[in-house]
Amino acid sequence: MLAPVLHILPLATIVRERTLPVAGKVSARLDQRVSPTDVVAEANYAREHVLLDVARAFGISANAADKLIKVNQGDRLPQDALIAEARGMFARPIKAPRPGRVMVAGGGQVLMEVGDARIELRAGMPGVVTQILPERGVVIRTVGALIQGTWGNGRIDNGMMVNLLEKPDAVLAPDRLDINKRGSVILGGHVRDAETLRAAAELPVRGLILSSMLSSLLPTAVQMRFPILVVDGFGAMPMNTASFNLLTSNNGREVTVNAEPFDRYNGNPPEVIIPLPVSSDPPEPNAYVPFAVGQRVRMRRSPNAGMLGTVASLPAGLSLLPSGLRALAGEVKLENSATVLVPLVNLEVVG
Amino acid sequence: MPTSLVQNESILALEVGAAVTRAVLFDVVEGQYRFVAAGQAPTTAEAPFKDIGIGVREAIESLQSVTNSKILAPDRNLIAPSQADGSGVDAVVATISAGPAVKTVIVGLLNNVSLKSARRLAESTYSRVVDSLDLSDQRRPDAQLDGIVRSRPDLVILTGGTDGGASRSILRMLEAVGLACYLMPMEKRPMVLYAGNQNLANDVQEMLGGHAGKLEISYNVRPSLETEDLGPASRELAGLVTKLRQRQIKGVDELYTWAGGNLLPTAYAQGRMIRFLSRLYESSRGLLSVNIGASATSVAAGFSGELTLGTYPQFGLGESLGGLLQFTELDDIMRWLPLDISPNIVREYLSQKSLYPSALPATRDEQAISQALARQVLFLAVRALQKDFPASVRASRTELMPPLDLILAGGGVISDGVSLGQSLLLLLDAIQPVGIMPILIDQNNLLPLLGVAGERNNYLPVQVIDSGAFIGLGTVISVVASASYGDQILRARLTYGDGTEARADVKFGGLEILPLPSGQSARLSLAPVSRADAGLGAGRSGSIQVTGGALGVVIDARGRPLMLPPDPVRRRELIKKWYYTVGG
Repeated sequence: MLAPVLHILPLATIVRERTLPVAGKVSARLDQRVSPTDVVAEANYAREHVLLDVARAFGISANAADKLIKVNQGDRLPQDALIAEARGMFARPIKAPRPGRVMVAGGGQVLMEVGDARIELRAGMPGVVTQILPERGVVIRTVGALIQGTWGNGRIDNGMMVNLLEKPDAVLAPDRLDINKRGSVILGGHVRDAETLRAAAELPVRGLILSSMLSSLLPTAVQMRFPILVVDGFGAMPMNTASFNLLTSNNGREVTVNAEPFDRYNGNPPEVIIPLPVSSDPPEPNAYVPFAVGQRVRMRRSPNAGMLGTVASLPAGLSLLPSGLRALAGEVKLENSATVLVPLVNLEVVG
Repeated sequence: MPTSLVQNESILALEVGAAVTRAVLFDVVEGQYRFVAAGQAPTTAEAPFKDIGIGVREAIESLQSVTNSKILAPDRNLIAPSQADGSGVDAVVATISAGPAVKTVIVGLLNNVSLKSARRLAESTYSRVVDSLDLSDQRRPDAQLDGIVRSRPDLVILTGGTDGGASRSILRMLEAVGLACYLMPMEKRPMVLYAGNQNLANDVQEMLGGHAGKLEISYNVRPSLETEDLGPASRELAGLVTKLRQRQIKGVDELYTWAGGNLLPTAYAQGRMIRFLSRLYESSRGLLSVNIGASATSVAAGFSGELTLGTYPQFGLGESLGGLLQFTELDDIMRWLPLDISPNIVREYLSQKSLYPSALPATRDEQAISQALARQVLFLAVRALQKDFPASVRASRTELMPPLDLILAGGGVISDGVSLGQSLLLLLDAIQPVGIMPILIDQNNLLPLLGVAGERNNYLPVQVIDSGAFIGLGTVISVVASASYGDQILRARLTYGDGTEARADVKFGGLEILPLPSGQSARLSLAPVSRADAGLGAGRSGSIQVTGGALGVVIDARGRPLMLPPDPVRRRELIKKWYYTVGG
C-alpha cells in the first residue's frame, strides 16, 4: 500500500506554483530571483457590475434603444459619462453611476463592471522563477527546510521566526505575546482561547505556527489577517517532535508561513518554508512511497495522534484493531517505546 | 451491442469513492453472471497523490491478489479485452463519488414549482446549492448577476415554464445566467443544464451555447404544472457531473476511456438500480437504499417504479464533517453514544476527521463516535428525502416512515462495521422503519456498480443479485404502539419448517430476536396487544412467511419515532442493552 509523505525536512528542494485566481499579467521574468514580498503577477477584477436597462428606462424597444447607446464594449468610463440619450426636450440622459468599464452593450442594455480591484500576487517565498505560467503566475524554486502542517487559515506571510515553544506540549497564552514580538512569526504551542489569537492580531504578528488548536476557535482563526498554521491538528495535541526540533533549531530565521486555502485536489498542504544557503541542491522529496518496515511515521488519529514512531512490522492481511474493525495495519514502535497496532490509512510517512 | 453478443464477457467494475477505491470482478460462472471478488485501496484523488489512477491500479492489484488473476500488464496498463491465457477483462464500468461538492446555482420561475424541481434535481447528485434565482427574488438584476459570479458555480440548473408556457421571464433569467457566464474566466465557466420550457431550446442554445462551460438541454422537469419528471434531466446531469470530474480530478479522463464512457456518478448509478429493482419486483410499498460514504450520504427510494433520489454531501462522513454542526446539534449526535464521551472530544473528532477523511477509528471510543455520527447523518438524510417521496406514498403518521418492502444498505461504515448486529442497529436507529421488511447489507458496495454495469449488460444485475451477492440481516418487524416502557405490546411465534417454535412476549422499549438462519424461512404469527401495529394494521393479528438472515427475525418494539431517555446515564445503559441484544 502507498503511504502519503508528510514533509518535515531540514533541507529540500522546494518547487511551488504561485497563481492568480483570475487571468492577469505576469510581471516576473524567467530565472528572476525573487523575495517573498515581490509582486510576480497582478490582475484586475471587478467587484461588482451595474446593469443599465436603457430600453426599459426610455420605454422603447431593445433595437431602438441600441441606436441611442453611445458607448461600446471595452470603453472605460468616468462617473457621469453619457451612456445613452433619448430624443426630445424632456428626455433625461442615462449616465454612468460610477467609474467603470463597459462589458456588454446591446439588446437595449449596458453592463458595466465597477469597483475595480487589483490583485497582487506575491512570490510568497524566496527563490528563483523557473517557469512562467502565461496570464496565471509562476513556478518558484528554492532550497531550505520544509515543514508541512495540517490546517491553515487561508493567509500567507513571512517574517523572522521567534520561538515561544519551550516544549512540544506547551500552551501559548496571550501574556507571551508582548510588544517585542511585533512583526514576527511566532512559533507557539497549543492555543485554547480566542484571546491568544486576538492578542496576536493586536501586536500584530506576521504569523502563528501552532502545534494544535481547539476547533471551537476556527471561526476566530479564519478572521485573522495573519497566517495561522496548525502543525498537528485539532484538540490539545503536542507538536510532533520532528517538527518541534526542526522549527526550534531555526529560531531567528526568516520563514514563510503559507497557510493559503488548501485545494485538496491540486494543491499542497499548509507549510512553513525556511530558505537556507546550500552549495548543491538536494533532491525534491517524494510525495508518496510504499509502506516499509523501518519508516518513520506520524499518527494521524487518536490514540497518539501527532506522535511519531517507526514501522516495526507490516502484518499480512487484515488486522483486528482495538475498535473492533479489521484493516491493513502496521505495528509501530512509538517514541515512548510503546508498540501499537495502527491502521495504515491512519499513518503518514515522515520524510 | 446486443446483450446476446456480450453475455460471456468479464466485467471489471471500479468505484472511486472519496476514501476508498474498489475493484470488483463480475464474470460468467455456469452460465450466469456472478460477483467473483473485490479488492480495494485508498482513493488517491487528493494531495499528495492527486491522481485517482494510482488508487485504481492499487485496487486492481488487490483484486488480482484475491483472484490470482492478471488484469494489469507489467506496465500497469489494463489488459482488455481478455486474452487467451485468461488474463485481462472484456469490459470496464465505473462510478465515482470522489470530488468536492458541486457548487450549483438553481434557477426557476416559481419557488414552489420549477425551483423546487431544480432543487430536487440538484439533490440527485453531489451538489451544494450556492445560490438560487426565481421570480420572487428581490435583488436587482445586477445584484443577481454578481451573486452568481461571486458564488463561482461549477453548475447552473435552469428550469421554468411548462412546455409552451411562460417564456419572457425565463428569457430574462437566461440572460442573467448568460451574462454571468460571460463575466467568468473561460476556464471557470459553469456547466449549464437547461430543463425548462422546451419551446425555448433554440433561444437557450443561442444565448448560452457560447458562454457556458458546457451546455446540455434536457426534457422539461415540469412539462405541466401538475407533472414533475426528473428522469431525463437527472441522466443529463449525471453526464455533466462526470465531465466536471474529468475537469477537476486527474485520472478521471483515463478511467472514462477505460470504461468506454460507462462512467457514472455513484449516487446516480445507485438510484438507477433502485428504480430498476422497484420495477422488476413490482414493489407495492417501497425499496429503500442507503449509502453512507465519505463524500456524501445518498438515499434512493423506489415506489412502484418511481425513483426518489437524494445525495447529501453535507452529510458525508469525510471532509464535510467539519461543517456538520451547521445542520445538526451536537446533542443530537451525542444522544446515540453508548459510552460517556465528552462533547469536546466529539467536536474535535469532527474537525480532525475532516482533515483525514479516509482515516479509520482505531479505539472503542472513536468507533462509538463514528457510529453515532453515521446514525445522525443517515437520520438527517432519510428525513430530507422523505419530504420528496411521491404524494401517493403515505405514512400512518407524518413523523413516521411509510411502510417499505426492503432496505438495502451500503457504505464503508456499514460494510466494514464491527459486526452485522451493530450495522443492523445503526440502520434501525437512523431509518426507524415501520412494518415488516427484510434488511440487506451490500458488503461490497455492489449496488451502484450493478447500476452502471446494467448499462452494458442488463442481465448482469439480476443474475448477480439472484446469486446472493448481498448479506441478509433478517426480517425486521417494527412495531408502532402507544404504550409505556415495559408494557407488553405483542406476542410473536415463529414456527420453523420442522414444526418447532420460538416465542417472544414483546415489551414496549425492547428489541427481541427470534433465530432464523440465512436461507431458511418460517411462519411468523403476530398477535398485537391492544392497538399496537406490527405491520398488519393497528391491533390486527395474523401470520406471514418470513425469511431468515444473519440475525434472524428482529422485532423492534422501541417505539416510533424512537424516543431516547433524556437522562444520559439511563440512555447509555439502554443503548448498551440494545447492542448486547444484537450481539455486541
